[in-house]
Amino acid sequence: MIGRDILGIEDLSREDIETILETAERMQEIGTREVKKVPTLRGRTLINLFFEPSTRTQTSFEIAGKRLAADVVNFSVADSSVSKRESLLDTAKTLDAMDPDVVVVRHKVAGVPHRLAEVLKAPVINAGDGAHEHPSQALLDMLTVREQKGQIEGLTVTIIGDIAHSRVARSNIYGFTKLGAEVRVAGPPTMLPAQIESLGVKAFTNLRDAIEGADVVMALRIQTERLEGACFPSVREYAATFGLDRAKLRFAKEDAIVMHPGPVNRGVELAHELADNRPSVILDQVRNGVALRMALLYQVAGRGGH
Amino acid sequence: MRMAHEIVESADGLDRLYLVAIPNGGVPLGRILVENLESLTGVHVPLGILDTTLYRDDLAIRGSRPQLRRTEMPSSVDDRVVVLVEDVVSTGRTIRAGMDALMDFGRPSHVRVVALIDRGHRELPIKIDYVGKNIPTQYDDKVILHVEVADADEAMIENEAGGEPQAKVGELRIVVRTGQAGRPPESPHREPAETREAGA
Repeated sequence: MIGRDILGIEDLSREDIETILETAERMQEIGTREVKKVPTLRGRTLINLFFEPSTRTQTSFEIAGKRLAADVVNFSVADSSVSKRESLLDTAKTLDAMDPDVVVVRHKVAGVPHRLAEVLKAPVINAGDGAHEHPSQALLDMLTVREQKGQIEGLTVTIIGDIAHSRVARSNIYGFTKLGAEVRVAGPPTMLPAQIESLGVKAFTNLRDAIEGADVVMALRIQTERLEGACFPSVREYAATFGLDRAKLRFAKEDAIVMHPGPVNRGVELAHELADNRPSVILDQVRNGVALRMALLYQVAGRGGH
Repeated sequence: MRMAHEIVESADGLDRLYLVAIPNGGVPLGRILVENLESLTGVHVPLGILDTTLYRDDLAIRGSRPQLRRTEMPSSVDDRVVVLVEDVVSTGRTIRAGMDALMDFGRPSHVRVVALIDRGHRELPIKIDYVGKNIPTQYDDKVILHVEVADADEAMIENEAGGEPQAKVGELRIVVRTGQAGRPPESPHREPAETREAGA
């Protein structure tokens, strides 16, 4: 049974993940209606608490809440550098006094949603914490793969990029391995954590080997502004070695799909031609994100607030 | 078949008729009705499936969230005579949820309700327009339907085991027979035998 909070894929069982995906598959139908709203969370309040800007995830949660008829409040906090811990708990107390039914949290420090979950009466959904987890992104990725491939068990999923600093990679590794896929990760050695294979994945520094026979190829966003000079010599060299284009994709299965959590650095981790066309399913991921977040809100909002 | 007759009589034009089944129990009944209506009139009436879970009035007071079912509405409900199809009606709360859900899809000209079993205990002012059988029950009883679709000329409802008087669960065996005589029972478009539980 799904717990009160959704903090990470690591905490979810295979059964929990499947329940969430099945719920999301039902929610997709609501998005095809003319009136895209059901009364399920009428009178409930969702607070989007974003300490780190994220237009996409925040908008997706906002639309999801509104389609379930919840009142959605966006609470964006510019991170103050002074005494983070104190200000965080102050914020939490302030929020609690407003009696929300669910709080969606993003923070650049890993573990903040967990800390808030201990303090708040309302259930907490992690919308990304540092380099730790981004559960709703991984779940929408799994939903998209299931939609495209029919099932996840037995597939080969290759994730390319900065595996060491990516919460999307970590959540997807937990999720896809729990559902029985073979997960491979690829990137320059500086971007592959030393113990990564202990998570049940295979690590590659050669892109061709990593892609060979894959059903799903997922390129991660390279944080060019943060990492240049730190993990690889230049953006251009990364693009040449690990950037995905049609030529490199030929090593994957013929019907392989290409995924990306967005926003895409065109010409860096993904070539233009792949960003816009099949086999890329990037816009399906965005569409599925709303249905998946509706499923999460349906499962937790209003629970445990008593 | 009798229910199909009644639906035809009061439909005022079959072209506007639209059956909408509430899962899970309403769906096999909906399919049988579509088939009966077709063999009666030659008109194929559309069948929609409408899950009412997200419209329930008890979500706030339940601990866990019920599983969602499929919704498939193949055509618009605007200006149609929509017949909600349910297996067992009791409190009327599911029908209320079904009507609210229906209104989100448009503006039907009429909404009617067909149910195989009406077991009483209504809590809302809702009436069943076409009812297969009234079964008086205790509030706590569960009605277990065994719906079998066999081969015969006429629809027939049999009440077999009424259940031991002391039993909490009253069991009812319903055999609905449809189709024309002489057809092999394993005819591929026939419904397989369905055994399911209908909640109180």
